[in-house]
Amino acid sequence: MPNEFPTIAALNLMPILPEMILAGMACLILLIDPFLPRYGRNVSYALTLVTLIVLFIVTLLQMSSEVRFSFGGMVVNDPMSDLMKLVSYVALALVLVMSRGYLRDRGMDKGEYYMLALFGLLGMMILISANHLLLIYLGLELMSLSMYAMTAFKRDDGRASEAAMKYFVLGALASGILLYGMSLLYGVTGGQLMLTDIAAALSSDSPSLALKAAVVFIVVGAVFKLGVAPFHMWLPDVYEGAPTAVTLYLATAPKIAALAMVIRLLVDGMGGLMLDWQPILIITAMLSLVIGNVVAIAQTSFKRMLTYSAISHVGFIMLGVLAGTQAGYSAALFYTIAYVVMSIGAFGMILLLARQGYEAENLDDLKGLNDKNPVMAFVFLLLMFSMAGIPFTLGFWAKLAVLQAVVGVGLWWLAVYAVVMAVVGAFYYLRAVKFAYFDAPTDTAAVNPDWNVRGVLALSGLAVLYFGLFPTSLVGLASRAFGG
Amino acid sequence: MFFSSWPILSIIVWLPIVAGIFVMSFGAGRASVARWFALAISVLVFGLSVALLPGFDTHTYAMQFVERVPWIPQFGINYHLGVDGISLPLLILTTFTTVLVIVAAWDVIKEKAHQYLAAFLIMEGMMNGTFAALDAIVFYFFFEAMLIPMFIVIGIWGGPKRVFATIKFFLYTFLGSVFMLIALIYMYFKGGSFSILAMQQLPLSMNEQILIFLALFIAFAVKIPMWPVHTWLPDAHVEAPTGGSVILAAIMLKIGGYGFLRFSLPITPDASALLDGMMIAFSLIAIVYIGFVALAQSDMKKLVAYSSISHMGFVTLGIFVIFMIYDNAINGGSGIHMALEGAMVQMISHGLISAAMFLSIGVLYDRLHSREISAYGGVVNTMPWFAAMMMVFAMANVGLPGTSGFVGEFMVILAAFKANFWIALLAALTLIIGASYTLWMVKRVFFGEIQNQGVAELNDVNPREAWMLGSLVFLIILLGVWPNPLLDLMHATIEHLAQQALTSKL
Repeated sequence: MPNEFPTIAALNLMPILPEMILAGMACLILLIDPFLPRYGRNVSYALTLVTLIVLFIVTLLQMSSEVRFSFGGMVVNDPMSDLMKLVSYVALALVLVMSRGYLRDRGMDKGEYYMLALFGLLGMMILISANHLLLIYLGLELMSLSMYAMTAFKRDDGRASEAAMKYFVLGALASGILLYGMSLLYGVTGGQLMLTDIAAALSSDSPSLALKAAVVFIVVGAVFKLGVAPFHMWLPDVYEGAPTAVTLYLATAPKIAALAMVIRLLVDGMGGLMLDWQPILIITAMLSLVIGNVVAIAQTSFKRMLTYSAISHVGFIMLGVLAGTQAGYSAALFYTIAYVVMSIGAFGMILLLARQGYEAENLDDLKGLNDKNPVMAFVFLLLMFSMAGIPFTLGFWAKLAVLQAVVGVGLWWLAVYAVVMAVVGAFYYLRAVKFAYFDAPTDTAAVNPDWNVRGVLALSGLAVLYFGLFPTSLVGLASRAFGG
Repeated sequence: MFFSSWPILSIIVWLPIVAGIFVMSFGAGRASVARWFALAISVLVFGLSVALLPGFDTHTYAMQFVERVPWIPQFGINYHLGVDGISLPLLILTTFTTVLVIVAAWDVIKEKAHQYLAAFLIMEGMMNGTFAALDAIVFYFFFEAMLIPMFIVIGIWGGPKRVFATIKFFLYTFLGSVFMLIALIYMYFKGGSFSILAMQQLPLSMNEQILIFLALFIAFAVKIPMWPVHTWLPDAHVEAPTGGSVILAAIMLKIGGYGFLRFSLPITPDASALLDGMMIAFSLIAIVYIGFVALAQSDMKKLVAYSSISHMGFVTLGIFVIFMIYDNAINGGSGIHMALEGAMVQMISHGLISAAMFLSIGVLYDRLHSREISAYGGVVNTMPWFAAMMMVFAMANVGLPGTSGFVGEFMVILAAFKANFWIALLAALTLIIGASYTLWMVKRVFFGEIQNQGVAELNDVNPREAWMLGSLVFLIILLGVWPNPLLDLMHATIEHLAQQALTSKL
């Protein structure tokens, strides 16, 4: 029997206040931007940052350890969604601060950029809080369409256009696969769309063939955005082809939303089918670890190397998810947050080395960084060792959390595989450090003097070191997100 | 002691690290300030570590100066430090060697001196942390992290093939240690604690013990290093700057031996007893075969590097020969303590001797910029004081009675006799092989006619170098003629360790 649609008064709009503010502000920026002076988008930029700060405060005030349903159960706010949203705001704000100079130098500083970034964020927030298959799809598409457009933002750049096209086609395919899985699930569960209802409808018997097919399609659609192998083909081309400022955007906050989608669908919705999706995730995680780490070794482009390293990192995130325990989910979330912190810094390094008319995308461009700027070189060192998972940095605890979760459910052979792959991966991080520290500079160009870039980089380096020594607070947040 | 309420171990661990990061910020322009500051910190830390001695109770095996606070409760990790009779001597060796390294770099390292000093201070803190850690994850944390500064030291200030050498060093050690991490996590779930002391009590089945033993073995065998996973060491030593070689040989190798004593023996006693044949075989191969390899070297640093591997063979032999002694049960197993104490003395002694050898090679290298034996000859004519001190080091390396090198090797050989005659015989071969490669090198470098213009123009050691090497001469001879204080320090702990190692967990 279909639910009676509630009246406006019963809807309780408060839980989606941040989403409403964001949607309103994005529209406002879109409207007033054409009336602003032609050059310099200071007002749009400032408004965007103010929006993010307001969102941060509102979400912080609404934080609660309870699970709150609203809109007749379609929207869920829980500790996980609160934390994920807060991290997304911060990540997006830092990305925008860093990108400012880069966009200006390349004639990309347009109002649409900020508007798209905000609509993308809105998509992520809907995805993070979705408890309904349609809402998940809606959030996913809103996020993805903004990202396609941002990738193609430099319209005359052939490489960027190619990347956007590839992204769009493959992304649409993944969305289609996801929808197909959802429709199967809808059929099997007798017309359930709400994730909590689906979970209740699934909990009993052994899965039918149709349900198994639904699991496969949903897993494929869900992990696509994370860039898990073998669904990673789009990632290197898109990350490399997109303007670096956009790459920075793609590589940070959307990862959190993508993890949210995986957890909402697989854990909240199909938690009862864990035995069916766990083997798929094991295979994808193992593939991601080997493809990401081995192929990264062959790269000469720093940007592409980081992309493959991203694939290996999501392999670790998958390890946390597939453990299927509270500890595993919070380890996956912790790892994702750590990855976002590290990739803000790592992709930000490209912005540091780039200058007007020159994109510093190759490993060679790192040469002599320690001679040019020891502080930034040290930040770079911390980031690379953090990505490699060496202690004194955040990355170590992220890996430890995941390994502990995996060994905790008896999959110690998988942990051994993961650490061996981590050693393989260490090679290319070491090689990057080698360029920055052991090689003499090949040019005299100074590093980017933009204090926005340097400031955020220093911040990410400090965060990596601080949480490398005192990870307790971050670990605690990630574990409370799953009721720990 | 008046500071008994201080977290003195934490200060010994973290002061150098914080000071190192501070030194890094000095910039290249203030190298002289950086040197004095680094020296002051290292001397202070050395003083603090020596100050542990009066308050240290040698009658108990229990951990002392213990600090314990929760670190990451969600993962069950405590910040847990403490020292006993096997970690305290190694801790003091570390702080002492760091002072030497900073002195050795004084006029020598001109490029980015502040970063060099910072790397060594940070490394000192991490190595201290490794020896003082009582929580397995704290141990791993420092064990792994110390690779970063060493990677940088070899990579920036090293020789022509430094990039290859330093990446090989890093990956080799990293690959070894990750298996240990999995083993530690496994034991955490088995026993519910990351405390090393709790892991030592943990009952484990034979299969579990074998797997855990192998995981730990890979980590520590690479570190110490044992044949056949030793190949990173000669590369790293040859390319590393003098200070890097000194720390590598004097301290980092000892962490492998320390790991066997702290983890392998007490946690997996039955697997250790089962696999002792393999360990003894590898040790003997290191002692004999690597000794011959050392004989064939033309590069002084490589020669000393191989000699280090050969000497570390005595450490692993001493550690794992105890099971055979126990089985033979001659003299009520008194050789067991001798073997373990011999291994410990050998570690301390080799720390001093290898530091001395590498510093001496550094003294020559600073003058003529060559490590080839053939580039020298007749050095005694122009550097008599230096040659005299080098002679002491060479004799100690050979294991001449009266030097510290004799004590450890002799104890291990003597203990090995109680296990098996042939093992002892092969181990004792080192006295011949070691003498051959060491004395042959000394002969070719120091004695004979002055070979070339460069040697003819050499200046003898300056006061800085004289102090640096003189202090080592003093300690090597002191430990050689009067090792009792060191033995007393570790006796209670070794006794307890032997008991743990020989008590079956099955």
